[in-house]
Amino acid sequence: MLLPHWLFSDRAGLVLLAVLAVLGVGVPILNLWVPPDHPLYLSAYTVTVLGKYLCYALLAVSIDLVWGYMGILTLGHAAFFALGGYCLGMYLMRQIGARGVYGDPVLPDFMVFLNWSELPWYWHGFDHFGFAMLMVLVIPGLLAFVFGWFAFRSRVSGVYLSIITQALTYALMLAFFRNEMGFGGNNGLTDFKDLLGFSLQADGTRVVLFILSALALAGGYLLCRWLVSTRMGRVLVAIRDSEDRARFLGYRVERVKALVFTLSAMLAGVAGALYVPQVGIINPGEFAPLNSIEAVIWVAVGGRGTLVGAVIGAVLVNYAKTWLTGALPEVWLFALGGLFVTVTVLLPYGLIGLLQRREKAA
Amino acid sequence: MVSRTLFRAGLTGLASLLLVLFMPLPVQAADDEALRAALTQLREADFSEKAALVETLVGMDHPRVATILNALAESRLFYVTETSRIVIGLGDDVEIAIEDAITGEALGQAVKRDLDRIRVNNRLRSLIENQLASLGLASADPQQRKAAVEAFLRSPKPEGAARLKARLDVESDQKIQELLTAALALVDLTGTDAAARAQAAKALGGWTQPEIRGPLLRAAAEDSDAAVRQAAQTALAKTEFRLQMLGWAETLFFGLSLGSVLILAAIGLAVTFGVMGVINMAHGELMMLGAYTTWLTQQWLPVNWSLPVAVPLAFLVAALVGIAIERGVIRFLYGRPLETLLATFGISLILQQAVRSIFSPLNRSVATPDWMSGTILLGPLEVTLNRLVIIGFCIAVFTLLWLALQRTRLGLEVRAVAQNRAMARAMGVRSARVDALTFGLGSGIAGVAGVALSQLTNVGPNLGQNYIVDSFMVVVFGGVGNLWGAMVAGLSLGVANKLLEPWSGAVLAKILVLVFLILFIQKRPRGLFPQRGRAAEV
Amino acid sequence: MSELVSELDAAGLHTPIEPVDATHGILLYLEEVTVSFDGFKAIDNLSLYIGDGELRCIIGPNGAGKTTMMDIITGKTKPDTGRVFFGQTIDLLKLDEPSIARIGIGRKFQRPTVIEPLTVLENLELAMSGAQRLDRLITARLTGEERDQIHAVLDQIGLTEHGGRLAGILAHGQKQWLEIGMLLMQKPRLLLVDEPVAGMTPAEMERTAELLRSLAGSHSVVVVEHDMGFVRSIADQVTVLHQGRVLAEGRLEDLQVDPMVIEVYLGAGDAYH
Repeated sequence: MLLPHWLFSDRAGLVLLAVLAVLGVGVPILNLWVPPDHPLYLSAYTVTVLGKYLCYALLAVSIDLVWGYMGILTLGHAAFFALGGYCLGMYLMRQIGARGVYGDPVLPDFMVFLNWSELPWYWHGFDHFGFAMLMVLVIPGLLAFVFGWFAFRSRVSGVYLSIITQALTYALMLAFFRNEMGFGGNNGLTDFKDLLGFSLQADGTRVVLFILSALALAGGYLLCRWLVSTRMGRVLVAIRDSEDRARFLGYRVERVKALVFTLSAMLAGVAGALYVPQVGIINPGEFAPLNSIEAVIWVAVGGRGTLVGAVIGAVLVNYAKTWLTGALPEVWLFALGGLFVTVTVLLPYGLIGLLQRREKAA
Repeated sequence: MVSRTLFRAGLTGLASLLLVLFMPLPVQAADDEALRAALTQLREADFSEKAALVETLVGMDHPRVATILNALAESRLFYVTETSRIVIGLGDDVEIAIEDAITGEALGQAVKRDLDRIRVNNRLRSLIENQLASLGLASADPQQRKAAVEAFLRSPKPEGAARLKARLDVESDQKIQELLTAALALVDLTGTDAAARAQAAKALGGWTQPEIRGPLLRAAAEDSDAAVRQAAQTALAKTEFRLQMLGWAETLFFGLSLGSVLILAAIGLAVTFGVMGVINMAHGELMMLGAYTTWLTQQWLPVNWSLPVAVPLAFLVAALVGIAIERGVIRFLYGRPLETLLATFGISLILQQAVRSIFSPLNRSVATPDWMSGTILLGPLEVTLNRLVIIGFCIAVFTLLWLALQRTRLGLEVRAVAQNRAMARAMGVRSARVDALTFGLGSGIAGVAGVALSQLTNVGPNLGQNYIVDSFMVVVFGGVGNLWGAMVAGLSLGVANKLLEPWSGAVLAKILVLVFLILFIQKRPRGLFPQRGRAAEV
Repeated sequence: MSELVSELDAAGLHTPIEPVDATHGILLYLEEVTVSFDGFKAIDNLSLYIGDGELRCIIGPNGAGKTTMMDIITGKTKPDTGRVFFGQTIDLLKLDEPSIARIGIGRKFQRPTVIEPLTVLENLELAMSGAQRLDRLITARLTGEERDQIHAVLDQIGLTEHGGRLAGILAHGQKQWLEIGMLLMQKPRLLLVDEPVAGMTPAEMERTAELLRSLAGSHSVVVVEHDMGFVRSIADQVTVLHQGRVLAEGRLEDLQVDPMVIEVYLGAGDAYH
């Protein structure tokens, strides 16, 4: 057999991977090789927006892993996304070098503005791409591990856990708003020039970033799909449905939770790191509790505990958001709020659940 | 009261004051005449005659005397050239507003060249200043006497000491006595007698006003006599201690007032989250509705009466919205707390946007009634009245809620359902009705909290968001389902926040409190006052 | 990833599975155990001994402390005072729930608790002894031996034909058996079984009784049950708990005429058949 069983039996996942493959090939062609006046031409803006959706989808997948399979409703996953974003943002800031407004070869503009004379210690190393990429994984992962290790060990669960994850991202937001933190305060990190020497404004770079986002989503999806197909996946479900049962069967529930939470945070960090060069800015607003909850609702809309549903939900909701905030900005929050209510009350299994029910009925 | 006042007024003042008190109109007229006569003489008088006239004026005890003398010292007293009317000019332009010097009646604008200024020299000016000080010291109004002494403190002159001493002998108000003593000591501190200086320094310990602390600091550093320096240092230490105490008391007060706000925001949640196990993420928005109700009330009613109306109205509005939320959404989600959390979050977004669409996204300013504005002395501590009112309001709401839960039929049913839903139903409690009413109660309290918040912060669509994390933290910290826990938690978090603030800044203080809470929950997942045993497992 | 896993297992207390020493014929010792919740003594100076291979029934009115006693044995609740030993050497109070499960104490909950979205086979595999190590969660495949064990248990609990079905769609009684099967997969020395026949038909009850009887001897089994008929059909040794202490111990026939026991059960007379 060409495909391992766990992938072969995952029809929806195969469709998703196929779609990603088509996008990964098709979008670059439509952007780079189709003339701008052709009806099929995709502007760089569209490419960026699509890339953004894919990053959101990866964030949604990471949330689905902990919420859909392990039953932990995290209201702070945007924090890991933002931390990943900041890590890459720091690299991009260092890449600006002397091209900033103040022309300081080492210090980013905002530090010069604050009259800082040298780089804070935690900014060292971020001029190396490899180190920055490592941090994209390590920083969110470490925070998630420490947080999860303590929270799960003391058996904080259910809504309590949701509330403290929210408090976590809220506290981080407040912290990053402070200039003294050394992350650009309110304005965050922006005015990026290039990545590994490639200009972020160039169409080619944007297309490559889009392809990388598609690959990351595919990779993240496969990793999660494989994980839930192992015995670990069944343990996650056991923890979700009856934590005590799992514990009395001899599972060290808190370790499993901490590990999966950490893995999920790393995926969110990767999503954030791919997001930042595409949108060109990262600021403390990304830590806002609303962002995390919005991401949770993507998963709920698509159908939690399915992974594919998370991707569908993220793309659909964000497409609706892009469209509505442009066309009828007043309506967007009504729509989003209504979505929360409708999905939880009427569609507990999301769109995927709806499709499955249709299939069964037919 | 009347006799005391009379006694305090000087002998000269006595007769006229009696007249003013008992026969205002004719005597006022006669007095006005005497005043006018004296003022008319000012026009032709030379400076020494003017000095004598000033003394006469002071002796008159007419209510306008202080104003007139002030104007004279500032060269703002004029004659209208044509009519010989004596007026006070306001402003410096070519055309100035004038008012009658004797009656205070506004007389419109006048061109300066139609006016004749009454001139004063420096000697006269300082005479007037001194006389004004005595005038203040002799005033029947303790506030004015206090102001006079305080004015002296700002520029202590040895020649004024005699006047203060004389006043001290007859002063009956203890506060002013003390202030007078301090003022006299301040004069002694710059005197030539070293023993007196040391004595004065000792007496000035504990006075926190900069006018006293400054000279004391100077004495401690520069006085030629070692004993005086020593005494001044000891006195300063006393002052510093007092300042520190006052600082702590102030922090505590701010902490209590912040804590009250947190409690108000949290006890509604303690009802819905604690009693019903329902996470209501729209709780902050219900507070916002309460705040907007206050604003609306003020559009219809005078500000001073608006709050007593707004409180029940806000309760009603928020309670009705709450009941609608419970009946429309939450009841389909019982037993699924995470879904409830998400659904109510959706509702919070809808409410925010609704307010934004109806009232505009801009902040509305809710006026503070007069009876809540300003400051009040609480012992040595000056506190803002609105914060004090909110602390009292919080206690009142808390007490009412406590009584409602303990003493009413609904409260009994609520507690029964909270403890054992199935059993309560079996005993005939209509749990659906109780759920709706409980949720209404919790929501109503959120509305009431919104009224209080409208007095402290801007009323805007984001009002609720700013408080929701905090109020959940209070509930979780206190232990779910425990009103006292919410009280203790709210107060301690409020005070902790304010204690940290001067040291770390407001934002960092908040972060530290959040981090502390996150760590605290690890240690005590069920809060300060947890429910224990098997009932808590559900 | 797997490095992290092994590091974790090394750092944490990965309890080495110590053989149980039941040489004195007693497998479980509870001595002078007391636990109180907010002043209410759920267990009050309770002492109880379970012999190796014994089948013991524990009865008692609601609130007698039966479930709390199980919580204590399995590490869910820590008593205020007292000693709880598994065999001669293992102090259960020093262990957490997963460790207690791994040394061979299985517990069935009052409400049947199986993992509903998983199949019967997956449920059993999940419970398999040795499957719980973190590194085995993602790497391990079933060995032939393990497969045999699963199928043996499947036979034992009478669900052979249902191996591929989702646990969620099993009948109530079948879920109870599946849960017992999961305990058996743990290869336990001691089984704690809370109300195994609640909601069962008489035929199902009969099969459950048979199952539990067959387990005795090779396992010690403690059954908490309200149904006196069922108790009579499985156990000869019965302990009556009341207000957190042992009220009486002995053969059911003797207990049923014990005036103290009758008084405790007064008003709950229909519990007798």
